[in-house]
Amino acid sequence: MTALPPFQTVLDDHASAVMAILHGAVGREGAEDCFQETFLAALRAYPKLEDDRNLRGWLLTIAHRKAIDHHRARGRAPVPVAEPAQLASVDGIPEPDDGVWAAVGALPPKQRAAVSLRYGSDLPHSEIAAALGCSPEAARRSLHEGLKRLRKELA
Amino acid sequence: MKTATADGAMERFTARASEEGLLDVAYTTADSPFGPLLLAKTRRGLVRVGLPNQDQDKLLVDLSERVSPRVLEAPGELDETRRELDLYFEGKLDRFDLPLDWSLSSGFRQRVLRAINRIPYGQTRSYTEMARKAGNERAVRAAGTACGSNPIPLVVPCHRVLRTGGALGGYGGGLPMKESLLQLEGVLDESPAS
Repeated sequence: MTALPPFQTVLDDHASAVMAILHGAVGREGAEDCFQETFLAALRAYPKLEDDRNLRGWLLTIAHRKAIDHHRARGRAPVPVAEPAQLASVDGIPEPDDGVWAAVGALPPKQRAAVSLRYGSDLPHSEIAAALGCSPEAARRSLHEGLKRLRKELA
Repeated sequence: MKTATADGAMERFTARASEEGLLDVAYTTADSPFGPLLLAKTRRGLVRVGLPNQDQDKLLVDLSERVSPRVLEAPGELDETRRELDLYFEGKLDRFDLPLDWSLSSGFRQRVLRAINRIPYGQTRSYTEMARKAGNERAVRAAGTACGSNPIPLVVPCHRVLRTGGALGGYGGGLPMKESLLQLEGVLDESPAS
């Protein structure tokens, strides 16, 4: 087993991606808190992590949980203020920068959140529903509407 | 590469990690007349000083493997270390008062390093003396190796150990640095003949 990299490396490499995802999932207001909770949970668990091949996926999974906790703590109030345009500038990994995220940013809040959680964070419908405080069907519908609108915008 | 917001968030994160007891190794870099130093400490004390000619990334990976992977850049945790080193380089400090973490050395090597740590400012000892103090006078070569592997150079003054007869021996930071340190401490003349 190869040793884990120093945690600072993990933070440097993934902080902006986690922050961008959290902006999309909980809005600017909640993103900072969720960011702290995400990395504290990660740091706590880090020495026992057995597989460091997908640190980004691991961190984003934790971030999703923290985003869901955040929404639950607010009585499931749907307050998605996604700013997915920021996804274009994270951590050196090229993201689609052909106006797609700008168009996502222009969607109505619920559709915007559903699309960014699905494609920015790779969340399943059930978790998007939990994050938005709605039923899985409603989440699916928001996603569907959002995608339909995007297709039209970008066509 | 990061925005100011992200930097602020990262600083606050490091502070909270420290508050919650999750900061096992805090590090920073510090300027010195010889180039940048890496300083790293645990809750026990200063655990590693990286000299300018050493690869800092490799040192951090080594700390991650041998101490804990909970390694974070936390300059504030090393303010006192940096302050004492600055004074030392200005010739205004002849004794460090810093808690040390010896866990990167063990056995005979650690005994040699602890003996080195007691050599007063401005004085030198031979590798043979250090071997004797560590309990095995014949292990001169091993004492030399212990000096060479000193994880906390400068503060644990391995630059004060010379060959019997006064030849400089070696130094992890390069011989010119050893020479300069001995000049700073008044052991060598400013313009050595060699």
